[in-house]
Amino acid sequence: MRERDEDLSQCVEECEIAVTVNGNRYERTVPVRLLLSDFLRHELHLTGTHVGCEHGVCGCCTVLFNGEAVRACLMFAVQADGMAITTIEGMAGVNSELHPIQQAFREKHGLQCGFCTPGIIMSVHAMLHEHPDPSEDEIRHELSGNICRCTGYQNIVEAVKLAAERLRVQHMEVE
Amino acid sequence: MATRWFGAPVQRLEDPRLLRGRGNYVDDIDLPEMLHAAILRSTSARARIVSIDASAAWSLPGVHLVLTAQDLGEILEPSPLLVPHPALTQPRTQLPLARDEVRYVGEAVALVVADNRYIAEDALDLIDVEYEPLPVVHSLGVASASDGPLVHEDVPGNVAAHLAQTVGDPDSVFASAPHVMRETLLMDRGAAMPMECRGVVARWDAQDSMLTCWISTQAPLPIRNGLAAIFHLPEHKVRVVAPDVGGGFGTKIMMFYPEEVLVPFAAMQLDRPVKWIEDRREHFISANQERSQLHEVEYAFDDEGILLGVRDTFLHDAGAYTPYGIIVPIITACTLPGPYRLRHYASEFTVLYTNKVPVSPYRGAGRPHAVFVMERIMDRIARELHLDRLEVRSRNFISPDEFPWDVGLVYQDGGPTRYDSGDYQAGLDKLKALLDYDNFPALKTQARKEGRYLGIGMGAYVEGTGIGPYEGAMVRVESDGRVFVTTGVTTQGQAHMTTFAQIVADQLGIAPEDVLVTTGDTQTFNWGVGTYASRAATVAGSAIHIAAVKVREKTKQVAADLFEAAPDDIELAGGKVFVRDAPHRALTLGQVAISANPLRYAYGENARKLMSMKLAGPRPGPALPEERGGPGLEASGFYSPPHGSFASGIHGAIIEVDPVTCNVTFVKYAAVHDCGRVINPIVVEGQVHGGVAQGIGGAFFERLVYDEEGQLINASFMDYLLPTAAEVPPLLVDHVETPSPLNPLGVKGAGEAGVIPVPALFASAIDDALSPFDIRIREMPLHPSRLYELLREAKIEQSASGPPS
Repeated sequence: MRERDEDLSQCVEECEIAVTVNGNRYERTVPVRLLLSDFLRHELHLTGTHVGCEHGVCGCCTVLFNGEAVRACLMFAVQADGMAITTIEGMAGVNSELHPIQQAFREKHGLQCGFCTPGIIMSVHAMLHEHPDPSEDEIRHELSGNICRCTGYQNIVEAVKLAAERLRVQHMEVE
Repeated sequence: MATRWFGAPVQRLEDPRLLRGRGNYVDDIDLPEMLHAAILRSTSARARIVSIDASAAWSLPGVHLVLTAQDLGEILEPSPLLVPHPALTQPRTQLPLARDEVRYVGEAVALVVADNRYIAEDALDLIDVEYEPLPVVHSLGVASASDGPLVHEDVPGNVAAHLAQTVGDPDSVFASAPHVMRETLLMDRGAAMPMECRGVVARWDAQDSMLTCWISTQAPLPIRNGLAAIFHLPEHKVRVVAPDVGGGFGTKIMMFYPEEVLVPFAAMQLDRPVKWIEDRREHFISANQERSQLHEVEYAFDDEGILLGVRDTFLHDAGAYTPYGIIVPIITACTLPGPYRLRHYASEFTVLYTNKVPVSPYRGAGRPHAVFVMERIMDRIARELHLDRLEVRSRNFISPDEFPWDVGLVYQDGGPTRYDSGDYQAGLDKLKALLDYDNFPALKTQARKEGRYLGIGMGAYVEGTGIGPYEGAMVRVESDGRVFVTTGVTTQGQAHMTTFAQIVADQLGIAPEDVLVTTGDTQTFNWGVGTYASRAATVAGSAIHIAAVKVREKTKQVAADLFEAAPDDIELAGGKVFVRDAPHRALTLGQVAISANPLRYAYGENARKLMSMKLAGPRPGPALPEERGGPGLEASGFYSPPHGSFASGIHGAIIEVDPVTCNVTFVKYAAVHDCGRVINPIVVEGQVHGGVAQGIGGAFFERLVYDEEGQLINASFMDYLLPTAAEVPPLLVDHVETPSPLNPLGVKGAGEAGVIPVPALFASAIDDALSPFDIRIREMPLHPSRLYELLREAKIEQSASGPPS
């Protein structure tokens, strides 16, 4: 850590962090004010995490933080030190099959411009982990933290229903 | 010709990339040595700029460039007037950076380029601008007041334009009509709010004298042409690309936004790539907005509920500048007659400047306002005559045998407002079925017994779509048999990669996934305008169809020579080109493409197989006979519609109003839509769904609130509420298909339709739900607290005039 001013010994400009993203460990020195969303996008070049409002409402920047959905625009990169993050790029490799949630979005036409989609998929991932069998009302309530301006949500809700059903079947088969 | 893919619910070809987070939006572009820009924006709605001191910003480490108006040299020119009109007598457009005066909060004043965005924003804080405040025009009321403040000192009365059009003889009709009513109706400001804000990346390549810009825009070709002129570059040395665009809804059809000139200018000055990405706060105060109009309408009708005449006079809020001319109010004037047989109509509007963000089309573009006015009229006629609201509409509908129907007005494209086809009653009948309309009264009565207030509302509309001037496309079969298609329009989520591929696949007998569509790259296609006015599928789609037909014909010609058969005996299907009734005499499409390109060398599997086949040898003479018109299987096509086509529809909803909180919830929502022939039903339904959601926002949540100082006081998603999945109800969608006779595909546009009737039907449903209180909604958008005020006023009025009889 580099000290900025002897009189403000608590005030540092940069910090070393070690973060695991999509299973890969990254060590970086970052400005303390760097947002987690900017860290993911500009430092790690994981540009699938989008930034739609930078004030924590639209949900485009949603990532999984130790398995929980969080808004990367409301966190600093330094807060991720020692943590495990999953971004949309971690859901399916470039050449591997789509994750069942992604596949359901494709089949149900749950995206148009695609800008909000990564954030929604991460939110849905966390939602279905918590509630594997949500009702339509629960789906709509849970989705209300992500704004989509294109689809009117109808097909997103349908995609979540389909994904939930497939993931339940998959889960039963594993058991 | 079998049209196997046209009309099929083909899954989107663009999705896998976007679903994996592998899209390529402007902010995803990362170039070596790239710098980052931030814009200093006016904090005052109207002020004189006394001085700007940028010295502290310049001295901040990491800052590379600070620009104010005085640094811009010859590029300090007002942006072009995109759509001039004789009635627009006082057009005013914006400078890239304000020079002497600022006219809205958010107007660009200075630009900083630094190592990163954080430093660039630090530097903005160090720029000292001294403003001398001037009186602010914050509303249409202030703008129209005599002797009030002016937005532009040299524009008297703030009047940018005035236009009157008359159809028939409304004055005589009003003089003798059995019923005449008048009222004032208001629509306030809202905004498109795409999830991706605007953004520009510019790279100047000095070795190649080439400027490349990636812009989140709906119109790369016009921007390319404009930038070439501004920077004195050959057009082919300027490349503008609209990569993946995260929603546009009209606000990105504008040119030039100041940043679209400033960022390339900075990149050329610094000889390094520069990126500027708009943040949401900036988007609220600098991306164009719409919707504010104040209508004074008079209407005459007979005892049967037939509308005899309308006289509508309205004020249109242009904001501080008029880059997009008076397109929006013209569309309002021309859309107002709607699906009705209106023969006597006087329309007059005045466009006024205000100290607010400039206005240009936002999805619907003047139409929701017009439909709100006309549908309020229909509801009022029904109420006055104690008729069913849908019945009144039926009585006034233009019938299917009356097309083409001339409204008698000049449309936004300068052509006639002429409806090409439609069947409005068929739509109404379908809506009734979807809503279970005939059983609603019983449902409502039952609910009232339980203390609940249910209401049903409806809104019918027409939408001018598919206007000119033209679009074009190039279709080329590559040697592996896949087909490259490129066109000048852009894509912001409308599934053009899929629907355009479907059009080509049918002509060339291949699967859509073998058609690779590129949109919005000026280096791949040189001609066209852009994506707006629900015209991409209609105009560019038709051009693509025309080009694909040419390629099919050439394919048949080339194959006929190879097989020594007649071109008419050649068929294209399943990726093969073969002789009818002799399917063993077949080549792949790629092999025909190779044959059509008489090279000395050809590579790949297709070429090897071709060499081993027994085919007719080349004819004597040139390798490329003149009648082939050039090498390869390639053709360009252009389509220029004679005039716009008119889509139509009718939506209805059942709502419940909580009389205590005045919150409104949708119980049911149904949309019936006619966009001519449907290329891909899931795509069209998706467009309708999204439009309705935006319409619900524009009816009950989304109102941009400016205070008396011209400050937008709800410039965040915390305060300006976009509807979420919890507010948008499940939507029922049905189609009527009346093909357009104007284009070879029979299609009409679908992009904007969903949003258009929502304010109208919302008002209709609230009136119905709160009919015991004799409510009449005359303004949009509403919100619970405003509805509460209206309900309170209605109750006070009722108690003053005694209990309802």
